[in-house]
Amino acid sequence: MSGFDTTVHLIYLACAVCFVLGLHLMNAPASARRGNRLSAAGMTAAIVTTAAVLVHDRVIAGWAVAALVAGGVLGAVAGLITARRVEMTAMPQLVSLFNAVGGGAAALIALGDALAHSADLAGQPVRTSVTTVLDLAIGGVTLSGSLVASGKLAGMVPGRPIGVPGGRWINAVLGLAAVVLAGLFLTGHAGMAALYGIGFAALAAGVLLTLPIGGADMPVVISLLNACTGTAVAMAGFVLGSDALIIAGALVGAAGAILTKLMADAMNRPISAIIAGGYGTGDDAAGPAGSTGPVREVTAEDAALQLAYAHKVVIVPGYGLAAAQAQHELVALARALTERGAEVSYGIHPVAGRMPGHMNVLLAEADAPYAQLKDLEEVNPQFPGTDVALVVGANDVTNPAARRPGNPVSGMPILDVDRARSVIVIKRSLGHGYAGIDNELYTHPSTAMLFADAKKGLSALLVGVREYAA
Amino acid sequence: MNALLLADLTVFTLSLLVGFEVISKVPATLHTPLMSGANAVHGVVIVGVMLLAASVTTVAGYVLVLIAAAFAAMNVTGGYVVTDRMLAMFRTRKEGRR
Repeated sequence: MSGFDTTVHLIYLACAVCFVLGLHLMNAPASARRGNRLSAAGMTAAIVTTAAVLVHDRVIAGWAVAALVAGGVLGAVAGLITARRVEMTAMPQLVSLFNAVGGGAAALIALGDALAHSADLAGQPVRTSVTTVLDLAIGGVTLSGSLVASGKLAGMVPGRPIGVPGGRWINAVLGLAAVVLAGLFLTGHAGMAALYGIGFAALAAGVLLTLPIGGADMPVVISLLNACTGTAVAMAGFVLGSDALIIAGALVGAAGAILTKLMADAMNRPISAIIAGGYGTGDDAAGPAGSTGPVREVTAEDAALQLAYAHKVVIVPGYGLAAAQAQHELVALARALTERGAEVSYGIHPVAGRMPGHMNVLLAEADAPYAQLKDLEEVNPQFPGTDVALVVGANDVTNPAARRPGNPVSGMPILDVDRARSVIVIKRSLGHGYAGIDNELYTHPSTAMLFADAKKGLSALLVGVREYAA
Repeated sequence: MNALLLADLTVFTLSLLVGFEVISKVPATLHTPLMSGANAVHGVVIVGVMLLAASVTTVAGYVLVLIAAAFAAMNVTGGYVVTDRMLAMFRTRKEGRR
């Protein structure tokens, strides 16, 4: 190994260390930004080093350089503009889009590498042939699946589960076709044609797998797709013999897998059931009203009075808050209550929002103090000592029915809002959540309903609270 | 199975374990930046595209590299920039409280 090669390997190793340490620093808000920058520095070093290798080896064709530079500039500008402009509420679809292109690039590497060796495909070692097939299949599913998920999150594709007639059979056929083609390819009976076939099957399967999954399950789906991209990138690393890709891909695969499990646990639904789809309506939680028990309605003035004299308030925000873009009003209200001397915190369910931790980002954007953001385990013991629990745009995650067996939300970890001394729910109607059942919280004796749009309701509460400021 | 494949498999498996270990400690509050940051890390696929570019010699190959480079560059720049934007919001809060 020449001195140049040794240096290159050592730099790649240092880059991998940067990725690991960067992710490690993400475990506290104070160091997270430094972590991301360390990771970005590692990435820059990896790119510069690779460019140096290309220059040093002098084997790259002029047109390939042109394609690389043109594509790189185009992609970088597109990425930069979207990343700068995106609203925090639109974060899930953007992350999903970046995930799609990452998976797509990994799949294209498999195809490109096979094309470059198309004269001698049968002579390729197992190390590259098997991983080429895996890279192409996983990357293809991720590309189309993430695009559909991104479209659903952005509202361009309906968020409700879309059943494709015979979708399950079509998927089975696609899977079987891919396996047969892979077999033919690996035994040397078919060449590029088999790879194209696998690619198309993977793209079609990605669409068919994501369409039937409802909006409520999106946090799980994008975590899972993230894990898939990581795996596809690692496979591309096997194909190209690049440790940097293998390590980074495996890290992302692990991250995605952990988040997938956490999200599925938070909804108490097995991952297999989520992939099967058909659950969760999507964009609008206001389904047909069908509550049976007596509901106590409250005016904004009365609710404000209650809040103004509360010593301890826990706010439970849900996706409805984000959909109404009311996070700024909510934080303003929380600040007004804090200034009056109340102890205010936010109880945030793991699946509040459209991706893991989404609600925290929205509240952070609105300047909510980090120390007030509490997760499920932290906040639940506090409800019995809470004067007012204010629920805004959250539904199923507060339904006490989850503690009983035999209904769609049974066993799901919930926020014990009903154990607070009093509860105020801001909601437009008595509509159902994703689970499609009545929320028993709304007919609970200590609950008062403030029927309003989240933004208007919170503004009215803020005005009311300020009137008692004296 | 040859030695190279075994070495790669070892690296892959150990990296997975390191990933599980490092990431399971991240609090729920930071899950969105974590996912977005991890997303940026798989932008390392751009290195793969660069390596691939060295071995293509056909028009189809060039087109493929062009598309793959655009995809990967979008992934890596967008991923890091948007993660940084999000984390800046968490940071200013801490400083504001002091």
